Amino acid sequence: MSDLRRTTLYDAHVAEGAKIVDFAGWEMPVEYLGVRAEHLAVRERCGLFDVSHMGQIEVVGKGARDFLQATLTNDITRIGPGQAQYTLLPDDNGGVIDDLLAYALLDRFLLVVNASNIDPCFARIAGLAPDDIEVINRSPDVGMLALQGPAWAKALTPIASPEPFSLAYMEATEAHVAGVPCLVARTGYTGEPGVEIMCDAAEAPAIWAALMGTPDRPDACGLGARDTLRLEMGYPLYGNELSRDRTPIAAGLKWACDLKHGGFPGAERMQREAEEGTPEKLVGIMLTEKGIPRGGCPVLVDGQQVGTVTSGTLSPSLGVGAGLAYVSAEHAERGIRLTVDVRGKPKAAEVVTLPMVDSSPRKEHHT
Amino acid sequence: MSDESYPAELRYHPEHDWARVDGDEATFGVTWYAQDALGEVVYYDPPAVGDTVTAGSSYGELESVKAVSDIIAPASGEVIAVNDKVSDAPELVNSDPYGDGWLIKVRLSSPGELDALMDDAAYREYLSGLSA
Repeated sequence: MSDLRRTTLYDAHVAEGAKIVDFAGWEMPVEYLGVRAEHLAVRERCGLFDVSHMGQIEVVGKGARDFLQATLTNDITRIGPGQAQYTLLPDDNGGVIDDLLAYALLDRFLLVVNASNIDPCFARIAGLAPDDIEVINRSPDVGMLALQGPAWAKALTPIASPEPFSLAYMEATEAHVAGVPCLVARTGYTGEPGVEIMCDAAEAPAIWAALMGTPDRPDACGLGARDTLRLEMGYPLYGNELSRDRTPIAAGLKWACDLKHGGFPGAERMQREAEEGTPEKLVGIMLTEKGIPRGGCPVLVDGQQVGTVTSGTLSPSLGVGAGLAYVSAEHAERGIRLTVDVRGKPKAAEVVTLPMVDSSPRKEHHT
Repeated sequence: MSDESYPAELRYHPEHDWARVDGDEATFGVTWYAQDALGEVVYYDPPAVGDTVTAGSSYGELESVKAVSDIIAPASGEVIAVNDKVSDAPELVNSDPYGDGWLIKVRLSSPGELDALMDDAAYREYLSGLSA
């Protein structure tokens, strides 16, 4: 246990009654009152997550934009200062090292990467960077909170200045929250409107406490709800849906790959896959009988395996077993009936459209 | 959720299952510790009435949103009842693990197996060893 790391919010989690688990080398809250209640709080009202374990890598230098254009899959020239973009870091074969959000700031770019991938991302980016580009791992110094749900602005209003509510989806601004200088961004991983707040790690507990002290206090939410929320939206998770074994194209992320300009590692392969199709595609699945699909469960048609579940859970919003799966392209159409082998028990399922719920992070906040 | 308790009238298996013995029949369920470790139970996959369960082997599964847990039979026998209420409302395992959250009733085939189970004091002692 001694080599597990804790965020600066660890004591706050324990005080809220969190169940703590080992996640990517961190002792993180998986749930407080229960995954289902936290999940529904975010869909219906507002929840607060500690995501300080995530990584922040800064890329600084005159040619940073050109460098990132040649390193990441999305077209980074489409964002200017105060804007964020979903993108991927490919390896030389076009496999995925990580998916990430790139923020264009006034004088630098900030890349927010998965906790489990900080080291490989930093090694890759620093390794490719020319001498006049500085790549700095800020992860240990940065605290990060995600305030997510339609009532996010109610919780943030009393303690933020200026009020960051004019921000559009995927925009970011500097602000003070609870008197702490922060970067506040209309981003998230839940499918609900909301913000992510980055600050000096030592100051994160002050922001947490201030949000929890507002009249419209969010519910404390753990990694369990974070996972079920993203799954209902069909958002991929590195290690489940994304890996070095596949390009982003098979995962349905062509929209985040700038194939028109290309020039990044793996672009030719991705272009080819985009034109010819991939043998397997990532789809949403729902069981049509009781049961819960889990990562690793085989997906069958007529007794033949046609794919594998990559993530699965009981959807708290829908009350049915739901998951994501890679299935052979000919079975990747909505409405196709499949069987999921759940530890030896066949369960009827069908391919569904994503997102599975009627949510969008672009929705306006409640006033 | 419920408060931690281990009733004195039950017998306990080290895989965190309990048995309430009534003559040659017994009711099985999982302990407070088991439901707490699993979190909110959202799915119960029970055996069928008439199935045979074997001491130390799995007879069904409980699932939380995040995890799957085998349910281990504390003693062998034939399933004579399944708690359908838990199939419909699995959270009963959390709210009332020794009452409405019971899982199956069996007709014991080898009642002598019960001697291997722990009483509440021994089970509490066993739990304190797990967390040390």
